[in-house]
Amino acid sequence: MRAVIAEDLFLLRDGLTRLLEAHGFEVTAAVETGHELLATVLADKPDVAIVDVRLPPTFTDEGLRAALEARRELPDLPVLVLSQYVEQLYARELLAGGTGGIGYLLKDRVMDGTQFIDAVRRVASGGTAMDPEVVAKLLASNSGDDAVAALSPREREVLGLMAEGRSNLAIAQKLVITERAVAKHTASIFLRLGLQPSDDDNRRVLAVIAYLGQ
Amino acid sequence: MSGTAVSPKTRAPRRAWLARPRVGLVAVGRGLELFALMIAGLGPVLAVTLIVAYFSDIIRWLANSRLPGPSLSTAGGVPFLVILATLLYFRPLVNLMRRLTARWCGVSIERPYRPGPDSSGLGLGEHARRRLRWILTDPATWRDLLWLAVNATVGTVLIAAPAVMICYGLVFAVLPTLGVAVSQLPHVGFLVAKGPGALPLGLVLIAAGLWAAPPLLTGYGWLARLILGSNKEVELTAQIRHLTQTRSDFIDSGAAELRRIERDLHDGAQARLVAMGMTLDAIDQQLETSPDAARALLAEAKASSVRALAELRDLVRGIHPPVLADRGLAEAVRALALDSPQRVRFTGELPSRPPGPVESAAYFAVSELLANVSKHAAAREAWIDIRHSGGVLRISVGDNGHGGADPAKGSGLRGIERRLGAFDGVVAVSSPQGGPTVVNMEIPCALS
Repeated sequence: MRAVIAEDLFLLRDGLTRLLEAHGFEVTAAVETGHELLATVLADKPDVAIVDVRLPPTFTDEGLRAALEARRELPDLPVLVLSQYVEQLYARELLAGGTGGIGYLLKDRVMDGTQFIDAVRRVASGGTAMDPEVVAKLLASNSGDDAVAALSPREREVLGLMAEGRSNLAIAQKLVITERAVAKHTASIFLRLGLQPSDDDNRRVLAVIAYLGQ
Repeated sequence: MSGTAVSPKTRAPRRAWLARPRVGLVAVGRGLELFALMIAGLGPVLAVTLIVAYFSDIIRWLANSRLPGPSLSTAGGVPFLVILATLLYFRPLVNLMRRLTARWCGVSIERPYRPGPDSSGLGLGEHARRRLRWILTDPATWRDLLWLAVNATVGTVLIAAPAVMICYGLVFAVLPTLGVAVSQLPHVGFLVAKGPGALPLGLVLIAAGLWAAPPLLTGYGWLARLILGSNKEVELTAQIRHLTQTRSDFIDSGAAELRRIERDLHDGAQARLVAMGMTLDAIDQQLETSPDAARALLAEAKASSVRALAELRDLVRGIHPPVLADRGLAEAVRALALDSPQRVRFTGELPSRPPGPVESAAYFAVSELLANVSKHAAAREAWIDIRHSGGVLRISVGDNGHGGADPAKGSGLRGIERRLGAFDGVVAVSSPQGGPTVVNMEIPCALS
């Protein structure tokens, strides 16, 4: 799999490159600015772009803007955005297109190599990877929603993991329950939230995120 | 339904002809009360005039505390006591006049006095000396005295004339023609109007008195404001005081904030890094002998680093929220609205960005208000409106909770006042019991 990295701090850029290469990725370019990212992505057409939100020269949300711009040019380009902090506002902007292939994670998550690589693969294959902290904020801002409030604690847990972008299998492993039990929970959640059930993991995740983001 | 709605309207015109005389009568009454107050104020004027004769002794003592103060046994002692009593008496009296003028004449008058001296911890004599000097050196004191004199002349005409007209019309023109023998009264018989014009004259005088009383009362208010109101020097002094106060508040809160950051770093991230270093050292020693224990320690070190990062993140958010730096005030406030557990409606926009410090103060103010909404208001919905017009940044935060927010009690609202005060910003809270609560903030600033 081919990846492009945009990160201005040398240590992180180097670490990310090595981590990805150790897991069989080919890092075609590791750039420092949003402008370079856009040019590289359009030229290389990688399988996934990993982008830091804060990049030179403005050191504001340069990376996010470049990522959104890149996705306008290449609509299906999978982008994983990394940040020192997460904002619901930015998550909504990334997800606004309603298509998958989007990740938004805290930089801390890089420390857990296997989980991180798992998220990169998920995004590259059109899935979603939302940071648990974003999901927690989404759920908190939905605490006034009667349908969400009516869910059992276990169902809320499953809902959170789904919103992070995990498949039923991954949720089952995480909660140490059977996949069938997870399927039962998801069916009940979709019924209570009035969502159209689906067998496709990605579509389910997007439906859940769209509901929470209303 | 329609009957109940119409009846008060149909009744109103029938009584309208009564409304004007009633207002006039009320104004006459108030004028008489102010007249009584004026008489009460004459005492001090006379007393102070008397005392001018004994001035020298006291002036010298006020200028130099090393000289012996006026004692009761010297010639200056008596006037000293009279002055003290007078001054203590007439400031409250004049303040009462200011209040009544505001209430009755509809003309509000600010108190123009300079701030009192700080004489805490001083002896009684020195305390009295400072207070006296404070009162005597304040130009407002002498304007108060001037007012007592003007009040006794021009002021009296304004407030007493309607009453005199009505009394004269009633007692000396109307009553005699009705057969009441006023002319029998001793000494005043010559005042009685005679002839066929007496009754109309009396009625016209009464009507004119009632008609003129309200405008004359308002005129009296303006006259009082002219003399008792604030002047430029006083306004400037007040402004300087305000600036000094807000500046020191700002510096204080800045210093407190730095202390908090230092403490958070010291107890949080710094301590975690130390712990991590020690754990890594332990791993180093156990790597050969017991790899399993080393692995457990590694997990611990990793968890420590995650927690340190989370704490640093929270700290940064408290200093300067990244989204504020990235997107500016309007978007950052929108992000706050998104993170709030209530449904928060966000409206308005800013064409460009206010200065950084203003953005930051406004952001934390909104953040505090939203936190208040979720903590106290029991609101299901809140709203934020933000806009900039006429050189003023206006932000309103409202909720449909139970209201009853009191700025005097909540330290949060006081904090917001202080924070915005540094930019000459103001906060107005409207929060009746039962809600809704609306907080309006205004900060004068230009957009970049």
